[in-house]
Amino acid sequence: MTAPLLAIENLSVTFPGENARDRAPAVDGLSLRIEPGQTLALVGESGCGKSMTALAIMRLVAKPGRIEPGSRITFEGEDILGASVPRMRALRGAGMAMIFQEPMASLNPVQKVGDQVVEAIRLHEKITARAARSRAGELFERVGIPGARDRLSAYPHQLSGGLKQRVMIAMMIGLHPKLLIADEPTTALDVTVQAQILGLLRELQQELGTAILLITHDFGVVNELADRLAVMYAGRVVEEGARREVLGDGRHPYTTGLMRSIPTIGRRGEPLEEIPGTVPAPGTWPAGCRFTNRCPIAFEPCADEPPPSTSLGRSHSARCHAVAREPKS
Amino acid sequence: MSAQPAPLLEVSGLKTWFPVRGGVLQRARGWVRAVDGVDLGIATGETLALVGESGCGKTTVGRSILRLIQPSGGTVRFEGTDLMTLPPDEMRAYRQRIQIIFQDPTSALDPRQQVRDAIAEGLDAFALTKNRRERTGRVAELMEMVRLDPDLMSRYPHEFSGGQKQRICIARALAVEPRLLICDESVSALDVSIQAQILNLLRDLKTRLGLAYLFITHDLGVVGNIADRIAVMYLGRIVETGTVSQILDDPQHPYTKALLASVPSLDLDRRGAQAAPTGEAPDPASPPSGCHFHPRCPHAFDRCASEGPAMREIRGGFSRCFL
Repeated sequence: MTAPLLAIENLSVTFPGENARDRAPAVDGLSLRIEPGQTLALVGESGCGKSMTALAIMRLVAKPGRIEPGSRITFEGEDILGASVPRMRALRGAGMAMIFQEPMASLNPVQKVGDQVVEAIRLHEKITARAARSRAGELFERVGIPGARDRLSAYPHQLSGGLKQRVMIAMMIGLHPKLLIADEPTTALDVTVQAQILGLLRELQQELGTAILLITHDFGVVNELADRLAVMYAGRVVEEGARREVLGDGRHPYTTGLMRSIPTIGRRGEPLEEIPGTVPAPGTWPAGCRFTNRCPIAFEPCADEPPPSTSLGRSHSARCHAVAREPKS
Repeated sequence: MSAQPAPLLEVSGLKTWFPVRGGVLQRARGWVRAVDGVDLGIATGETLALVGESGCGKTTVGRSILRLIQPSGGTVRFEGTDLMTLPPDEMRAYRQRIQIIFQDPTSALDPRQQVRDAIAEGLDAFALTKNRRERTGRVAELMEMVRLDPDLMSRYPHEFSGGQKQRICIARALAVEPRLLICDESVSALDVSIQAQILNLLRDLKTRLGLAYLFITHDLGVVGNIADRIAVMYLGRIVETGTVSQILDDPQHPYTKALLASVPSLDLDRRGAQAAPTGEAPDPASPPSGCHFHPRCPHAFDRCASEGPAMREIRGGFSRCFL
């Protein structure tokens, strides 16, 4: 096995609970790895800890959130959690960069978008303002912004949501990161614009070999972009594998339940399969498998014993007592 | 739509324009034609999905029907009565017949109001229950109808999850026994597993209560699941209407085709097949001439830029396209 670009081992992020002494986990003992140039999708519903995982990688978990001792994240072998603040600042951008669901929240509303891109480039590279501006223009062209050079002088509010997301992508690729963390990058966009942005991310990855950690709740987006995916539920990865393994042959009852509850164009007029109940809030998670009280096939050990990870194929695994009992079915 | 027998709701030539004001005197300098001549019909017990991307005017259509926004022109007939010309007190009575639920249940509920009072708002407004006991009984009945535990009626909205809050909003809308429910992106903000629960609930209520829905959404998967008929909207105009299978299996208008092609596929062998239409959706304040879609349309020819096509019947549905 080659050295992973990013390796997360036993990551736990906690927040203060009901009383001051308790801390409720948002991410609980999570391990993941991303190979260079690979797209890994982290999939799950709100509150499962997927965004918190991304923030932990960037070391952007805000107080009172805390990355617990014993967690380990390495980027190209370098320990990120122990890195100094200046070192971390250098890694952000050039090593790994992040785009968010709402591009407006990441852009300065009173600064021209071109200047913001120039500023980002010059923070990480010794280059004249003129050269950086010319690069920004090329980047805008590269990400398909119409009238690219003129748009450098636009303010964020003058651009549509899709164009703002393109500006963010242009800014990120201008830094040549090895890992792009994309947190719901197309969720706020219309479908036709989403298709354009997904196409753009796919192209960039093929051309530049950037690895992508894609955070999403949308299995359609996962299928379009991911090489591998990890399904998260209540702070843990419950199933992980190559795209075909998980989407085509998902084994965890949460994965299969989610897949069957998606309304699709092909699935007409019939009631959808429901997963009863709601995702339990952090701090109220059952001791054993956290999906127990919503699971249609839960049996005795599920409530009390955390399920082991069962290997189901070359790179496919699931954490479920039922799967552990009958891995072959 | 001519084939529909005595529709419950019949919208014709609906126009809602917003003034663009400027100058010292704040005079109207131009108009945003948010809704520009929309025709729609919904039969009793039918679900019509109004589909389109942000800014196409679909939400304005829903609000104009209820006169939450005053339309600039056109007629909205509900059970034969033109709602547009009704004096306010008579319009109020029709708000009992048509109810609306929104995308974000949290902002639709008063955080300081107990759930029982939220659900009973319509009951109180229209004096539908005689005394406190009857009111409580009706609230409990409504909560059961939307599969919420009636024992929770004294709680406050923040004690409920997003999906449960949407159930509260549905119960509140149903309290006045409407005939038509306008659902404006009502499942869009919910997680998939919760979305499935709410869609199933809405389907179930429709059968049990004979409700009709105007389902406003951008999500074609949801549309395929819940709708009987579909109207596709682009920049203030309906560009195509038809049954679910006409629109989803055999779309005629180039915009409908583009919209369908850009939905990410769950088919393992079909990825990367997305064909996104080029360009950005234009500004509704200065829509393109002729057919609004022509600058992005792969089939556009000279006539498209100069002349707006009319709706015409094609393969059982209607499409606003010269082709």
